[in-house]
Amino acid sequence: MSPVRKKRFYMVLLLLTGVSIATFLIIQAFSQNMMFFFSTTEVKQGKAPADRDFRLGGLVVNHSVQRESGSLKVHFELTDSQTPVKVEYSGILPDLFREGQGIIAKGRLNDQGVFVAKEVLAKHDENYMPPEVADSINKAQLASSEPVQP
Amino acid sequence: MNIIAKWYYRLGAPNWFYPLTGKMLPWIAVIFLALLIPGLYMGLFTAPADYQQGDSFRIMYVHVPAAWMSMFIYFAMAVAAVVALVWRVRMAEIMIISSAPIGASFALIALITGSLWGKPMWGAWWVWDARLTSELILLFIYLGIFALYNAIENKQTAGRAMSILTLVGVVNLPIIHYSVVWWNTLHQAATVSKFDTPSIHIDMLIPLLLMAAAFQFLYLWILLLKMRANLLEQDLHCGWVKKIIWDRRKAHNGGN
Repeated sequence: MSPVRKKRFYMVLLLLTGVSIATFLIIQAFSQNMMFFFSTTEVKQGKAPADRDFRLGGLVVNHSVQRESGSLKVHFELTDSQTPVKVEYSGILPDLFREGQGIIAKGRLNDQGVFVAKEVLAKHDENYMPPEVADSINKAQLASSEPVQP
Repeated sequence: MNIIAKWYYRLGAPNWFYPLTGKMLPWIAVIFLALLIPGLYMGLFTAPADYQQGDSFRIMYVHVPAAWMSMFIYFAMAVAAVVALVWRVRMAEIMIISSAPIGASFALIALITGSLWGKPMWGAWWVWDARLTSELILLFIYLGIFALYNAIENKQTAGRAMSILTLVGVVNLPIIHYSVVWWNTLHQAATVSKFDTPSIHIDMLIPLLLMAAAFQFLYLWILLLKMRANLLEQDLHCGWVKKIIWDRRKAHNGGN
């Protein structure tokens, strides 16, 4: 490379380095705000804001979903497999809402420590497979983890 | 002259680039269709339904390749920006300005199809999570590059300013890719582009890869069309354009 081009090349590298450092610092400064949701453990530890709405993410605990008859009100528990948090919501749930599914609920805690959700979103994972494959994986997992359970 | 230098000077010469790409265009279109048709057919009909999302997951055969292309095109533009800034190659600038609207279109397609997918699955058209927001920023950067180039009258200055802006925006690419790793997001993590076996069934993966390859050729096709159009427009009064017009006219008259 000729000296002029070399100089221009170093300018390009300098530009890229500068912009990368600036972006890194901005991301560091905002990293807490860029979290889309709090985990249930973080909420129990009081890390979530008490005076405004926030999002709570977790898996729906098996057999915890209770629907009130005659209304759209639903009670369920979310957990990150350590601390469960009770949630109540009234409205239409997304298609993917089911027990064991990852859910993100938006709302705030009431005085009893129950999370009153205004909006419930379902999170799906990055795995795609036909139902038969999912069934056989489930069966294999059940067979290896709980051999005695019927 | 070594072979790289030869191609370098040839690709930089419009009077050589224009007729060559003219011959390539129909072949690229044929390859695009040859990939698109089996990709769409397999994606929509032969791929099995997903265990959780049923048939709704099939929108990914448009959504995922479009999102990949929106990032690939930006990367290609950033490489061209380095070439344009260091070696002052005008063709690299033409490539960037021709790519910007295509990249913006792919980003828009990814955002719209993602929104259509998000409503039934997540329960929301749009959320401000890190993945969605950074992809939206990518769309704005594309539009910014396009606007900046067209706002400056002198095309030499415009090309340089656009190249610098393209390089500044490249930091957004790792943010988009790693947003689902670095932060809690509603969008799920990567399925295919990770250092691991893809977590997708092979019968669903093959149409996805076909569609991704088809989109690459679609980009190449539109890119060459746009580059040719931009070259003609900028070089309207140059000798090589006049020669093409002259040759066409002669062939036309001779045909009669």
